[in-house]
Amino acid sequence: MDIFEFLVQYWPRILSGVGVTVAQFVLAAILGIAVALTMGLLKLSTNKVLKGFAVTYIEIFRGTSLLVQLYWIFFVLPLFGFSIDKFTAGYVAVGMNIGAYGAELVRGGILSVPKGQWEAALAINMSPAKRMWRIILPQALINMLPPWGNLMIELLKGTALISLISVADLMFVTKQINASTFLSAQAFGIALIIYYILARFLVTPFMRWLERFMARKMGRA
Amino acid sequence: MFDWNWEFAWEILPRLIVATGNTLIAAGAGYAIALVLGLVLAIAQRTPYRGLTFVVREFVEFIRSTPLLLQIFFVFYVGPQFGLRLSPWASGMIAIGLHYSCYLSEVYRGGLDSVPRGQWEAATALNMTIAQKYRRIIIPQAIVPALAGMGNYLVGIFKDTPMLSVIGVAELIHTANAIGSEHYRFLEPFTLVGLIFLAISLPAAGLIRGFENFIRRKLGLQ
Repeated sequence: MDIFEFLVQYWPRILSGVGVTVAQFVLAAILGIAVALTMGLLKLSTNKVLKGFAVTYIEIFRGTSLLVQLYWIFFVLPLFGFSIDKFTAGYVAVGMNIGAYGAELVRGGILSVPKGQWEAALAINMSPAKRMWRIILPQALINMLPPWGNLMIELLKGTALISLISVADLMFVTKQINASTFLSAQAFGIALIIYYILARFLVTPFMRWLERFMARKMGRA
Repeated sequence: MFDWNWEFAWEILPRLIVATGNTLIAAGAGYAIALVLGLVLAIAQRTPYRGLTFVVREFVEFIRSTPLLLQIFFVFYVGPQFGLRLSPWASGMIAIGLHYSCYLSEVYRGGLDSVPRGQWEAATALNMTIAQKYRRIIIPQAIVPALAGMGNYLVGIFKDTPMLSVIGVAELIHTANAIGSEHYRFLEPFTLVGLIFLAISLPAAGLIRGFENFIRRKLGLQ
């Protein structure tokens, strides 16, 4: 069967898989950004307990595999009484993993804001929260956006792992089609191309646009 | 509910240690392939042939933006369709080696770009062949700025080996899964696997940082 016949026959299933992949990507990205922001700020805290918590979190999630974390959350967490369905387990695992990598970016971004900005905010009597939110974070965001682009690609690739706990994403649907037709080159080839299109023509351009948008908003363009 | 069984944990530990060996072999072999192939991909982007540069560049981008898991399946299942049957180990090593060679080629590229132009010109002035220039002048200088990235990807490849379990390579996750379904207990095997990963990757990251500083001092860069 050539590739067009294959597409004509299987596009509804492939499309539903793409839908799940995109949904997982968006949910994991939201969770990942929230975790990254929290842990990045906590790691900069002067409170030893909070800082220790963030460091432990980051080291655990960066020191083990995403697959190990996913299986642990899906198979082991229910034993502690937290039963979560596989769809939630998927984006929670991917998001928490990406959050740990993102936390380091947040920390680096905040540290790269010149000291004078902190002093100036202090001089005009801003509260610490206001200073962080209105002065430091926006400038940190601009500095750390380029590496976040790479991280978002890693996140998209990470979502493929959730197929291993049977979430019906693009990877899972492809595997099913392969198992029932044995048309491996067509099935896996098309999936590869779809992931490539998502990464190269949706995620990357969006991040580039966001970089330009933020730069304009800050009057740096 | 939560009931950690020490006896069971002790009982399965030997099997997990054997699997750790397999994981380390897989990571080492994959990394060896990636180190060599990555250099080929990096140098191929620096030839005067624009067409070759373009093709290699797009190939690297393609591999880097698609999931490793999918590439592992692709290598493992597409071969037999055309009569080429590869063992799980062989296809796993090809997939993971190829994936990381693309990441390493970017690291090398950064390193090669950081060598000043004058070094090339001096090597040309000494009438060196292109192979001599790379081997004796350029690569030794390009390695140092590339070391940090190379070390990170060594840890990275180690953490990605669990994906090989999907085609039946008996590494840590594969073994933990097998133990879990034999005994209907997943708490101990998966927790131990997580701890083993931490016990290897955290010291490894520290050692790599130490090694990098050592090389820098050795070369008088610090």
